[in-house]
Amino acid sequence: MTPAAPAAAPTALAGCATAPVLRERGQREVFCGLTGIIWLHRKVQDAFFLVVGSRTCAHLLQSAAGVMVFAEPRFGTAIIEERDLAGMADCNEELDRVVDRLLARRPDIKLLFLVGSCPSEVIKLDLSRAAARLSVKHAGATKILNYSGSGIETTFTEGEDACLAALVPELPADRSGRPSLMIVGTLPDVVEDQFLRLFAEIGITTVHSLPARRSDAMPPVGPDTLFLLAQPFLGETARVLEDRGATRLDALFPFGAEGTTSWLHAAAQAFGIDEMHFRSVIAPGRERAKRAIAHSRTRLEGKRITFLPDSQLEVPLARFLSNELGMLPVEVGSPYLHRRHLAQELALLPAGTLISEGQDVDLQLDRVRAARPDLTVCGLGLANPLEAEGLTTKWAIELVFSPIHGFDQAGDLAELFARPLRRRDVLRV
Amino acid sequence: MQLTVWTYEGPPHVGAMRIATAMEGVHYVLHAPQGDTYADLLFTMIERRNKRPPVTYTTFQARDLGTDTAQLFQKAARDAYNRFAPQAMLVGASCTAELIQDDPAGLIEAMGLPCPVVALELPSYQRKENWGAAETFYQLVRKLCTGTTPAPKGDRTQPLVNILGPTALGFRHRDDVIEITRLLTTLGIAVNVTAPLGATPADLARLGDADFNICLYPEIADTACRWLERTFGQKTVRTVPIGHAATRDFITEVATLAGIDATAALNTSNLPWWSRSVDSTYLTGKRVFIFGDATHAVAAARVARDELGFEVVGLGCYNREFARDVRDAAKLYGIEPLITDDYLEVEDAIQALQPELVLGTQMERHIAKRLRIPCAVISAPVHVQDFPARYSPQMGFEGANVLFDTWVHPLVMGLEEHLLTMFRDDFEFSDSAGASHLGHGSAPAHNVPANDLQPEPIAAVATLAESAAEPAGWSAEAEKELMKIPFFVRGKARRNTERYATEQGIAAITLATLYDAKAHYAR
Repeated sequence: MTPAAPAAAPTALAGCATAPVLRERGQREVFCGLTGIIWLHRKVQDAFFLVVGSRTCAHLLQSAAGVMVFAEPRFGTAIIEERDLAGMADCNEELDRVVDRLLARRPDIKLLFLVGSCPSEVIKLDLSRAAARLSVKHAGATKILNYSGSGIETTFTEGEDACLAALVPELPADRSGRPSLMIVGTLPDVVEDQFLRLFAEIGITTVHSLPARRSDAMPPVGPDTLFLLAQPFLGETARVLEDRGATRLDALFPFGAEGTTSWLHAAAQAFGIDEMHFRSVIAPGRERAKRAIAHSRTRLEGKRITFLPDSQLEVPLARFLSNELGMLPVEVGSPYLHRRHLAQELALLPAGTLISEGQDVDLQLDRVRAARPDLTVCGLGLANPLEAEGLTTKWAIELVFSPIHGFDQAGDLAELFARPLRRRDVLRV
Repeated sequence: MQLTVWTYEGPPHVGAMRIATAMEGVHYVLHAPQGDTYADLLFTMIERRNKRPPVTYTTFQARDLGTDTAQLFQKAARDAYNRFAPQAMLVGASCTAELIQDDPAGLIEAMGLPCPVVALELPSYQRKENWGAAETFYQLVRKLCTGTTPAPKGDRTQPLVNILGPTALGFRHRDDVIEITRLLTTLGIAVNVTAPLGATPADLARLGDADFNICLYPEIADTACRWLERTFGQKTVRTVPIGHAATRDFITEVATLAGIDATAALNTSNLPWWSRSVDSTYLTGKRVFIFGDATHAVAAARVARDELGFEVVGLGCYNREFARDVRDAAKLYGIEPLITDDYLEVEDAIQALQPELVLGTQMERHIAKRLRIPCAVISAPVHVQDFPARYSPQMGFEGANVLFDTWVHPLVMGLEEHLLTMFRDDFEFSDSAGASHLGHGSAPAHNVPANDLQPEPIAAVATLAESAAEPAGWSAEAEKELMKIPFFVRGKARRNTERYATEQGIAAITLATLYDAKAHYAR
């Protein structure tokens, strides 16, 4: 095999690097940042997420979670009621009471996030003060932090960004004097372990993950920290890590054989790893990824795909599908486009792809109906209506909940897009 | 402030959405921040609707606050009117918009849209979904019927009725309407309007033409029915036809109001004979716990005791607005009613009572699953399972048949129970094998973990169950990796890897083998 030169810095004017962006403003068919709680609470296993919000927030979490299988999950909602709105002092007391009750019930909770919502933001309930106050009260037993997952401030995956950014000031200072690597972004454990193994084989010895699986194992940070974003939606987290002296390694995001190679390679280069050694270590995984992807290629090659804005994964995924599977992106919509973090990704998108940011859902659906792509990646509220119009769809949310990063998930990732098309072809009803 | 894990009801604007989505020609402009659009998926995913709910969300953001949210609302309303050309519009605020007090009612009035507009006041911090649905339906009826004159009866001889209450996202509303319409047809009664499900604003305007109303779902239609009584003097049929006897009572009540003889229509369900037949003997005195919305819970209790011979040991509802009905019913069974929307309280009650069958909502289904008690679902909140492809009403005589089947199915059948006793000592029937009718995972060894902090038991059990038949050859590292794969596909991963190893002549399965096999079998 011939390991391709790991994605080098693209030339300045390639692909969509400087393409104009269609910015729209109107009805957005996306989740708010509270939704991130669904995967965050599974990752940090001694953390509890308490939304301070309304019945709508509780209903959203329940509906987004889809199932109610956990008797008592590690998230809940302190529902603001009429009498809380009467006076702010009362509201703070009420919150203290709810937190006391919760922590008494769940002594296993070591980290509690007070999560701001639209109503709590609008009534200006100061959750950072509440967190400070309650931290003193529960000192030694539970650390209490806050962030906002409100829809007026955050879109879907930005909730995770806000959560991780809230963790950063709490991270211990790294005084080891040795460079370390930090993987930033919530990954399924099995994927995280694959990456940790690869980095160990590559020869990078100190590798941490943010978030860690337990609240007392959060990674240290400092000027010797180099970090790789595992997710494209972590702009604020990256910024506050940089404030603490850490350096972001620029790379493609680790989707597909090429993205994963680029991502790993950025770290290898930064740690001065020998090029030949790097290539020989990643060769088996890279080959496996290519073999696994090949299964879906016939199904996807030449097919036109539109992404409606959802998780900010749209640009890297469109790059993967166009570069490695021969799909043709029609429109790639994203709720927010972080141009600096996505620079390499955008450069690899085929020129002429419509890049859009924000949403006016009715206008965007008009474009989908006019373009009639072979596959439309969209939210759950739109999928069945589009299917009923004869447009094949893929639920965007599955891309957030499934393991899709790295070499050994590349085939699964391709299959997620191929399956709806295969189903369309096999059905005779 | 109330600490909530799961909720039985959504906020009141979701109730309004259920009305708007049920109807044709209505559009709802909801002043709401980004994220509130999650409610669309309730309709498109849970109910599998093939159209988006007719709702426009203004989607205001933090930076809009204090500047132009009112203008944003007016723009959204104008765009929605132009695009969807509705016959009537609903406007309102979600919980957040209620706080910023933009006054959608005043704003929409100022716009002078050329269609009837109902401005909804749904207090999000006091009320819930069912109340919101009832209020929305009532306000629509009031708006569209005010000033209309009922068509003269003339020489019409056939009685004419309205069926009121069925909505989108309702528990079996679709099938109940079919069943009740069929029943009325049998009786020679014509349906004037069924609403809100399938009705247009123009249909609502002629509600007054009917001789009387059928209040099929009091949670939704009671307020509207009372107003119609006052306004048009229409009487209301209040018996909810869930169960064999209640259906007979319903027919009698309808026939009396219509002035017809209904004797011929009275007996067409299989429930009485199925219940009297000997296989049902074992149902006698089964202790049943019932929880749901008040209407379904009260109706279920009657069927449980009078038609199946169960003993009702618990009865409750989550909607306080109808608590009185449940309290009255509980007296009949000599038990304390449970009126709460705190699902942990319901769980405690079930745990304390140790019933043999739970009739509840999806919440109780999960509680019962955890406590390993058989359960059937009788009420909203709904789940994708509550929208079966087949015809499955809860109401009318066919509904009674459905109740018999779905409630008895989770229990061990009489003859089966007899055989189990006979073969009690055979290993297949030992306690540890679990009950086949409870499906996989019912064996004690497969206990569903008490909370998500303890996924280990499942993994451990799966290993034990599988390891007996496994050939050697797994490296510890690969074995460990295998355990990270969800248990429900782990067996497949193990088989595929071993088959791959055998085919490739690999003796020791390493991590690489595991992932090579994964790539090999990837589609």
